[in-house]
Parts: sequence; structure tokens; C-alpha cells
Amino acid sequence: MNVAVAIDSVPQAALPSASEAGPAPKRIVVAYGFWIFLLSDIVMFAALFASYAVLVRATAGGPAGAQLFNQRTVAIETACLLVSSYTCGLMSLAISSRNRLGVYLGALVTFVLGATFLALEIREFASMIAIGATPERSAFLSAFFTLVGCHGLHVTLGLIWLVVMMVQVAVMGFVTSVQHRLLCFSLFWHALDIVWVGIFTVVYLMGVSP
Amino acid sequence: MNLLGRLDWSAIPLHEPIIMGATALMGLIVVAVLGFITMKGAWLYLWREWLTSVDHKRIGVMYCVLALVMLLRGFSDAIMMRAQQAVAAGGAQGYLPPEHFDQIFSAHGTIMIFFMAMPFVVGLMNFAVPLQLGIRDVAFPTLNSVSFWLTASGALLINVSLAIGEFSKAGWWGYPPLSELQYSPGVGVDYYLWSLQISGLGTLLAGINFVTTILKMRAPGMSYMRMPVFCWTALATNLLIVAAFPVLTAVLAMLLLDRYLGFHFFTNDGGGNQMLYANLFWVWGHPEVYILVLPAFGVFSEVIATFSGKPLFGYRSMVAATMAICVLSFLVWLHHFFTMGASANVNGFFGVMSMIIALPTGVKIYNWLFTMYGGRVRFSVPVLWSVGFMVTFVIGGMTGVLQAVPPADFQLHNSVFLIAHFHNVIIGGVVFGAMAGYNYWFPKAFGFKLDERWGKAAFWGWFIGFYLAFMPLYLLGLMGMTRRMQHYDDLAWRPWLVLAMIGTVIILGGIVCQIIQLVVSIRARDKLRVTADPWNGRTLEWATASPPPAWNFAFAPNVSGRDAFWTSKRREQSKQDKPGSVRAYEPIEMPKNNPTGFVSAFFAVVFGFAMIWHIWWMAGLGLLGALVTLLAFAFRRHTEFEVPAEQIARFERAQQAGAAA
Amino acid sequence: MTDARYDLAPGDIPSEEIQAWAPSGALIYTIGLLVALILTATSFWVANTSLLWPGGVGLGLAVLAVAQMGIHLVFFLHMTTGPDSTNNILALAFGLLIVFVVVAGTMWIMADMNQNMMMPPAAAMSMGIPR
Repeated sequence: MNVAVAIDSVPQAALPSASEAGPAPKRIVVAYGFWIFLLSDIVMFAALFASYAVLVRATAGGPAGAQLFNQRTVAIETACLLVSSYTCGLMSLAISSRNRLGVYLGALVTFVLGATFLALEIREFASMIAIGATPERSAFLSAFFTLVGCHGLHVTLGLIWLVVMMVQVAVMGFVTSVQHRLLCFSLFWHALDIVWVGIFTVVYLMGVSP
Repeated sequence: MNLLGRLDWSAIPLHEPIIMGATALMGLIVVAVLGFITMKGAWLYLWREWLTSVDHKRIGVMYCVLALVMLLRGFSDAIMMRAQQAVAAGGAQGYLPPEHFDQIFSAHGTIMIFFMAMPFVVGLMNFAVPLQLGIRDVAFPTLNSVSFWLTASGALLINVSLAIGEFSKAGWWGYPPLSELQYSPGVGVDYYLWSLQISGLGTLLAGINFVTTILKMRAPGMSYMRMPVFCWTALATNLLIVAAFPVLTAVLAMLLLDRYLGFHFFTNDGGGNQMLYANLFWVWGHPEVYILVLPAFGVFSEVIATFSGKPLFGYRSMVAATMAICVLSFLVWLHHFFTMGASANVNGFFGVMSMIIALPTGVKIYNWLFTMYGGRVRFSVPVLWSVGFMVTFVIGGMTGVLQAVPPADFQLHNSVFLIAHFHNVIIGGVVFGAMAGYNYWFPKAFGFKLDERWGKAAFWGWFIGFYLAFMPLYLLGLMGMTRRMQHYDDLAWRPWLVLAMIGTVIILGGIVCQIIQLVVSIRARDKLRVTADPWNGRTLEWATASPPPAWNFAFAPNVSGRDAFWTSKRREQSKQDKPGSVRAYEPIEMPKNNPTGFVSAFFAVVFGFAMIWHIWWMAGLGLLGALVTLLAFAFRRHTEFEVPAEQIARFERAQQAGAAA
Repeated sequence: MTDARYDLAPGDIPSEEIQAWAPSGALIYTIGLLVALILTATSFWVANTSLLWPGGVGLGLAVLAVAQMGIHLVFFLHMTTGPDSTNNILALAFGLLIVFVVVAGTMWIMADMNQNMMMPPAAAMSMGIPR
């Protein structure tokens, strides 16, 4: 990308301001559009959070969070997702340096950690349902399963997306469209971890604290 | 397990003559249109140039066509309700039993808001914004096509509900507990929910598209404060879409979970809280009405400035007012349910905020008036709609501020006074704005003007009809009449309702004039042909041909001030440009048309219909199909095609020859 | 990698020109991971300890959560307050405003309404409304 080198040697002040320079490069347009989508997704989570906050004590005589939540599982899930965010970052670095092996490795570790998170969460849901703490039991449980389940659904879609992206890297190489999509994927994956910080704090930690 | 879920022959309402009549009429029209296309041998053309188009101009036109068609459907609901209320006085039951009447008012609201007003404003923004910004298309053209087709899918599902099954009886908001499974066990509410979820996704994607386009893709030199005001209102509108529609998605999803999986978000038992639905619905619902009206405000800014021959008065205050409305619209939603149990503190806060939000709109009205003052105003059809808007919207706005006072609202909530108010602002604001934009940009889109005389007749039909139809409702509201009444006992109300019926018929006359206007204009199109700039416009869309070529502009316009086109026209006149001095044309890369939008919408309809009727295997297939479509799009190798410089040169030469002639 | 002044794709690694002092990319991510791990561990401790005044636990957890989100934004998503991030930060700020209004507004309104709904004790308990 000789163009980039040539431009980088030009002092910034000599270039037109971004608001007057005409349409932005495609990479910026694509990533910004995806950023706006992520913000809209976070607003949707906000509505689910708000519902959870309103319904958290509506246990209808059934079990509350303190009786149901296992902090060790949550801690492992949190660690998995956080480290997967880290490995996703390393994968982004490998993409910029066109390091194919690094990309596949980073994607693999990210995938394994994400899948572990998901497996633990499914196990948690299953154990809750087994003891009768189903979403049909009370409004609190409906809100819990919906909020945490929605996040889990996003993680699942992210994992599917990651697999498709690795197929694209294998088949199409590092063409610009693939690079743009990988940038969007890493935005998505980091955002999911940000939402998880909210979930484990508000749902689990505030749920079990005295 | 039943292969067709809960779908069987009893879903077709054979015992309801009115519905069967309406279905037959709808079917007849569909067959006629399909037959007409077949006769003209236009299927391939339609597929290649329109259904698979990713061109914002074509998509904008399709949105507006959808809106106008659904206007007819929503309006027929209106006229049926007016007719019912005109006769069902004293002991009379009218001709519509309550179960049918309830579906009609639910469908009327849902169709008018989601499938008439939304597509109309989104269509106008689609068509005009990239042209005004001086660019070739929006940020994500294929996504744009997907957005349109998802909206059309939602509209299709609602129309299918007429023939197969029933529609919701729970109003256009679908409040629980009435909308819960216990009290609405049929498919009606499910049609409502899935249709809105699918079209809501389309709208959200369009919002993302336009925010990105306006913020990241403008012609060189067009800084923020040099953008046309319509683009500013489009930016505010799409920011609101991105911020509000996710909340609607969440709250409708919660109701769906209650109905399908037995969750307890809003049920009577299990700890559900129905007010949570009302609260979250209106968190979306109030920004929604500003999503509808802000583009209309933008249209008026363009129209009034153009036809007054003056720059818009107070550009900066217009921008500030627009962005203020954008933020404030998120702080007033409780005024939709003042009477539902909140304390004085909460009511007071939202009441004050609702009054404050009237201020920026007032600023805009003054700016429009000052634009016209001292200008040479040409009373074209768009200007008639604009002046009609200013009078009508101010009245509607004042009754709004009146109801923003909680004690007053306790008298007026859910009376027909409220109905009169919101129709006052929606018709006076959104519909009048859409009609102004339609008449204003029609010549740009199609290359010929709309007939002026029939246009003026249409305006007067709407204007006079509106006042006759809705002013009586203010009186009736103060006399105590509630909304959504299938019959009533107080005979004193009847004369006013008959007057309202007459007004509705006059509006119908206005609509008929618009249909005639369209037919007459198409037949006389050679006489009505226009060049690039029929109105002596000020903004960049008038700098290119009518209709514009696929690539919009041969060269990216270089913008040095506001009203970019006006400035360059002035400069041309004083410089006396030599026609021989042309830069060399360069080939332009344009996105290829592709069927992603149409095909994903097909699977969306399959999925939605299957979920409504509990045909689980079909729903799975619909989802799978959508996924495969997405993958096919992702693995495309050739996404663009090149327009050769020769073709551009040929087009420009023809334009100059035509202009000289 | 831009030919205009002050514009950066969200999540993109800023060019070396802008960040003269920038350590190598992997170091940024590693610092972010370590700080986030520390904050997460602290959150778990705060939720379980009896050393803190119970009234402050909720606030403490909220502050720690916001801090963790900030670490993600700065170290993983490269959100800075530099001029090339302006659009990205403004969009984020708008999003955060909406989130705050939706969550705080809903909680205020619903708490207020629940308070005013005089319900029989059994129903109130099933809805979790304290008497």
C-alpha cells in the first residue's frame, strides 16, 4: 500500500479536514456503519437491562438470584470471554501484518474460549430448568433468561461469523472486503465483552451480594 | 403433529361478507397489476431494473409507491370507521360488529404509521439525500435494498391477514393484558408482532445506512454547516431511528416470548408488569413521531426557500432546533400515559419537558415565515402544501401543548380530542410534507412535472376535508366522547360525527384528484417534460439531469458554500462558461444490482407467516434460507461494474444538446 | 491509512504518525487484559466481602463495571479523545445518553408507578413490590 506510505509522510495539517474532504475511505465508512449498528444493539440490551431491573424482585414465590447463581461458573465464564477478547485483539494484529498462521491461531483460540463460555452458560441454564427455575416460573426468571440468553445468542452468532470469516480468509485471502469484515467482527466481539461486564455485574454480582 | 401448524381452511373468514369483499377487491387489483405487467412483457425489465436495484433513487421511488398503495388501504379503514360512527348512535349497532371494528382501528393505526408514513418519509430521504450531498449512492447500497424489501414484507403480511386469519384487536400499540395469549388467543396479535419485527429490522438498517452516509460521505467541500437543511433533518431522523427502534424490537420480542413460550413479562400472573410494556413501547413511540415529522420539516425548508427565491432564514438556528428536537424527543415519552398511575413528580417532569419541546418547532415556524417574507413567492403545489402545513400544524401543536399539562390531560386522555390532536399534527405535518416532497421531487425522479391543476384540487380536497373531519372531534372530545367506540348512546354527538364523515369523503375526493393527477401527468408527459432545474432550485439535486443517470454526477461537485447549486449558478452567469472547456470524463465504478434484498425478504415472509401459524418446520426453512442468502452475498466475487467514460460523455452531450434545444 | 485529516475507523489501530509514543500493538492489548482482570477480580471481591458497608457495594460494583468498560474501549477498541476519533466518540456519547435515559427513566417511572398501585399483599409480593 504505497499510497499509505506516501500520505503518512505528509504532515496532517496540509490535508483537508475530514468533514470537507469528500466521501471517506471505504474502511472508515464500513467500520463506522458497524459501530452505529453496535450502538443500536447496545440500546436494545439497555431495554432488556431496564426490564430486568424492574422485574428483578418479581419472583412470584419462586427462587431468586441468590439461590440460583453460581459465582465460580460466572467467574470462569468472565475469564473466558475476557481472554477471548484479548486473543481477538491479537488476531487483529495478525491481520494487519497479513500473518495467516497468526490469524488462524488467534481465531481458533478465540473460538474455543467463546465456545467454552457458551457451554458453561448452557449448562447453567439447563441446571436451572432442571430444578424448576424455568423462564415460565416468574417474571424475574423470564427477564433473566431473556437478558442473559440474548447475550448468549449474540455470542453464538459471533462464533458462526468467525467460522465463516476463516473460510473467507482461506478462500478469498486478505482482500479488502475480508479485511473490513474482520474489523467489524473484532468490533462485535469486544462489544459483546463490554455487554458481559454489565451482565455479570448487574445480574450476578448484584444478585448475590447481601 | 400437524404439518400446517394451526392453519386450516377455517382461517379464511368466509362468514364475513365485508372482509371477503375487501379480499376479493384486493385480489382483483393484484391480478390486474400482474396481468398488466405480463401484457407489457416487462417482467425481465422489472426484475433487472427495479426489484434487484441497489440504486437509492429506484429504492426511494419503490418506498413511495408502497406508501401510496398502503395509504389507500389505511384510508379505507378510516372511511369504514367514520361510516360506522355516523350511524351507530342511540341503540343502533351500525354495520360493523365489535370484533371487526376493533380489527379495523388496529389495522388503520398500524398501517398508517408503519406502512404509509414511515415508507413515505424514508423514500423521500432515500431519493433526495445522496443527490443533495453530491454523492453517487448511500454508504451500503445492498443493505438499502434489504431495508426496503423487509418493509414491504411487513406490509405483505398485514395484507395477508385480511384474507387468511384475522388482525389484532388490541389497537396499534398492542397493550397487554389484552394482547397476551389469554385474551387474544388467535393469530391477530401474532400478525401484528411479526409484521412489525420484520419491517422494524428493515427500518433500523436504513437508519444505520443514512447516519453513516450523512456523516461520512459528502461531496468535497461540503462541511456540516454547508449541508442542505433536509440532510440535517434526515440526520436527526436517522439518529432517532437508530436510538429508538431497538427498544421497539426488545419490547415486541418480550411480548412474543410471553405469547409463544409462556414467559411472564406482562402477564397477569407470575409477577408480570403491564405498565412496563406501556413504558417501553412509548420510549420508542415518542421518538417515532419525530422520526415521521422531521423529514417533513426538512421538505418544507427546501420548498419554501426554493419557491421564495431566497436562502432559508436562520440556517444555524434551524440546525440547532433540529438537533434539539432530536435529543428532547427522548425525554417526553411519559406524556402518552399521564393517567396511568405515575405520581405528580414524574408527571410534572415529563409535562414540562413536553412543553419545552414545542420551542424548537416554534423557532422553525418563524424561520419559514421569515424566509417567505420579502421573497417573491411562487404559489406552486408544494408551496400550497407548505402553507397549509404551517396553519394546520400550529393548531395541532397547540392542542398538544395543552394536553402536556397533566391535569388537562386527565380530562382529555383517550378521548377523541386526542385523536383530533395527533391526526392534526400527523396529517398537517407528515402527510402534507410528504405530498409537498412528492410534488417537488417528482420531476427530478421521472423527468416530467405533475399536473398543476389536479395537484391544487388535491390539496384543497385534503385541506378542507381534514378540517371538516377533525375539528368536530375536538368538540366531541370536550363533550366526553372516548376513542375507539363501535357504538354510542349520546345522540348529541351524532351530527358532529356525520360532519366528520363528510370531511372524510372530501379527503377521499382529494385522494381521487391525486390519482387523476398521476394518470393525467403520465399521459401528458411529453408536454410536461422538464430539464434538470424546473423550479430554479438551490441544492445539488437540481444540478444533474431529470431523471439523474445511475451515477448521479459525472464529476463530484466541489462545494464552497451553502445552497451549493445556487452559488454555482450565480458564478456561471457572471463567468459566462465556455461550453468547450470540459474535463476528461473518467470511468465510474457503481455497485451491481443484486437480488439479496428481494430474496431475503421472501424468506422473511416465509418465516413470519410460519411463526404466526405455528408451522415450525417452515419457520426453520425460512431462517435457513435467509442465512444462505446472506452467505451467498458474502461470497460474491464481482460486486461492482464500471461505467465507461464514453457512456458518461455520451449522456452529458445529450443533456447539453437537450438543454440548448 | 487515510488521506484526510483527523478520521479513524472505530476499532482501527491508529497510525504511528498520530501516536508517536505508542507502544507496540500487542503491549496495548496485554496491558488492557491485565488491568481488566484486576478490575474483574476486584468486582468479585467487592460482591462477596463483608469488609465494605453494604450500601456502598452496589455503587462500588457500578464504578468498577464502568471502569472495565472504559478499559475495553481504550485498550481493545482504541477509542481515544484525539481529533481523529471525534465522530466515533460522539456516536458513543449519543449511545450512552440513550442508554442512560432508557434505563434510568424506566426504573424511575416503574418504581414510581409500582408505589402508587395499592395492591393486596399477596399480589404485591408476587410482583416483588416491597410493602
